[in-house]
Amino acid sequence: MFRSITQIFQVTRFSIASLPRRLGSSLSAMLGIAGVVAVMVGVLSIAQGIMSTMKSSAGAANVIVLRSGADTEMTSGLGGDEARLITEAPGIARDGDQVIASRELFVMINLPKRSTGTDANVPVRGVEGQADRVREGFRLVEGRMFQPGLNEVIVGVGARREFQGAALGDTLAVGSEQWPVVGVFETGGGLAESEVWVDAPVLQDAFRRGNSFQSVHATLERPGAFTEFKDALTSDPRMNVKVQTEAEYYEGQSRLLYNLITGLGTLIALIMGLGAVFGALNTMYTAVSSRTREIATLRALGFRSGPVIVSVLSESLLLALLGGIVGAGLAWMAFDGFRGSTLNFSSFSAMTFAFDVNAPLLIQGIVFALLIGFFGGLFPAIKASRTPIAHALREL
Amino acid sequence: MSETAMAENPQPEDDLLVDVRGVDKVFKRGSETVHVLGGLDLQIPRGEFLALMGPSGSGKSTLLNLVGGLDRPTEGSITVGGQRIDKLSDRKLAGWRANHVGLVFQFYNLMPVLSARRNVELPLLLTKLSAKERRKRAELALEIVGLSHRLGHYPRQMSGGEQQRTGIARAIVTDPTLLLCDEPTGDLDRKSGDEILDLLQALNREQGKTIIMVTHDQLAADRATRTLHLDKGRLVTGMQGQGTG
Repeated sequence: MFRSITQIFQVTRFSIASLPRRLGSSLSAMLGIAGVVAVMVGVLSIAQGIMSTMKSSAGAANVIVLRSGADTEMTSGLGGDEARLITEAPGIARDGDQVIASRELFVMINLPKRSTGTDANVPVRGVEGQADRVREGFRLVEGRMFQPGLNEVIVGVGARREFQGAALGDTLAVGSEQWPVVGVFETGGGLAESEVWVDAPVLQDAFRRGNSFQSVHATLERPGAFTEFKDALTSDPRMNVKVQTEAEYYEGQSRLLYNLITGLGTLIALIMGLGAVFGALNTMYTAVSSRTREIATLRALGFRSGPVIVSVLSESLLLALLGGIVGAGLAWMAFDGFRGSTLNFSSFSAMTFAFDVNAPLLIQGIVFALLIGFFGGLFPAIKASRTPIAHALREL
Repeated sequence: MSETAMAENPQPEDDLLVDVRGVDKVFKRGSETVHVLGGLDLQIPRGEFLALMGPSGSGKSTLLNLVGGLDRPTEGSITVGGQRIDKLSDRKLAGWRANHVGLVFQFYNLMPVLSARRNVELPLLLTKLSAKERRKRAELALEIVGLSHRLGHYPRQMSGGEQQRTGIARAIVTDPTLLLCDEPTGDLDRKSGDEILDLLQALNREQGKTIIMVTHDQLAADRATRTLHLDKGRLVTGMQGQGTG
């Protein structure tokens, strides 16, 4: 056993030590794999970024209440009384007489994108006074809060970055009215940063929504109070509502987009990976071919086939590992934190997000590179170990 | 014919190292079948320095490979040191080669990334020897071939003659029963070739190594104790060389 390991170690050492003699082909295989990993990590980081944005939208003790049967705020509708009863349910956190809850409605306006000049749907959310306390991490970064009852808006930092006319001091055209932007806010990277906020009654009037809302966002006294809160609402015959934690809601909202991008990214990676496997195969067949006599000599001296297979595979895996690290590093440098926007399929509005090249994704990229290296090295390794020694010794 | 080789050198069984009986070797080249060796018998006693000569394609290298366990006969048996090697599994045959055979190649076949000492140490990696003992033995083998001053040199830093001497040191470092040399002077100038032949002769005479050498060179063959000629896969003549006695 020990001698087998020694053989493997020694033969692998020759294989690796002889790499500089095949620098050109080795580099080209390595860079090919690096490209595949960079693209794969880059595309999947979009999905990760969207998921991160959605997840960071959810407060730990936050809940969202919609009309029963509605999957999104867009398709939900709550009467004013119904929405008021929801905010009076047990379990909601309080600050003195104030419940930490916000009855909200949601409309779309068109704004041109800064990048292309084309119009995109921008969500405008009518909120109540406690909305900023319900959103964890809410902070005004410029200007001030809108005044209740006035046609004033505040915009998320993502919306300000993505859309023309959404900066502090600009004026948004909403219907026939002009609404000045009086503040810019952030929410720690959440979905709300893509939105424009206005006082709920102002939005109700502007869009003739009467006293109706679409959702109630609330913060519970503690995360464990969810069951009590949900049971109180769902057992109340006056209400017909769907109660979810924000984590559940946003996870569901992002799932479709996440799956779509992940599926597409994986498909692209697989197709490119197949190409990279052929690149690695070519490199390793060349490597084995250029070392035919060397490998045959080792076998003639008494080294067995197993160590020869392992040595060729090790070389291939080493190239793949280096390629994987380079590709993952490139993706991290190029994409991590890069801001983008996409269509939120749930609300058909634009959402901004940051590409998220995180550790699991980097590891996934490197593992994929190693798989390419394994399949690229396997057949050449088997060939190296099976070529008749007497025949191989005559190779020049 | 093979009987010639046997008749001229009858050996007692105890002294017999290599016993080749009725060996055929057939290669397939596409749809063509090539008979390289046909019904060959050969006995080689311990301590002999045998030269194998013959035109290209006569089967001498194939015979060398069969005796060295680098290839297997299509028919017949090959016994070396009492061991029937044609029946061994690939794994066992590799182990047998490591323990009993030293190989010297025409183009040296040294590992370019290893120094002379590390090249010579290579076969010892297959033994249980400690690193210190391996190093000591490799240095001793290089001393025997007159390369004590080249221990740390890489193949590219050595002349052809020095590389071949390193190859011989690698072949003898495990103290094998049998040394197989495939045209060991074929890539060398006359002077270097003579030095290699001197070395092989000394290993045969002073250390009792049994050597089988394939060569095209009559002067090289003259150093052997016996020369056999092959033609079209059959032994045709045998003669005593000047190496005798």
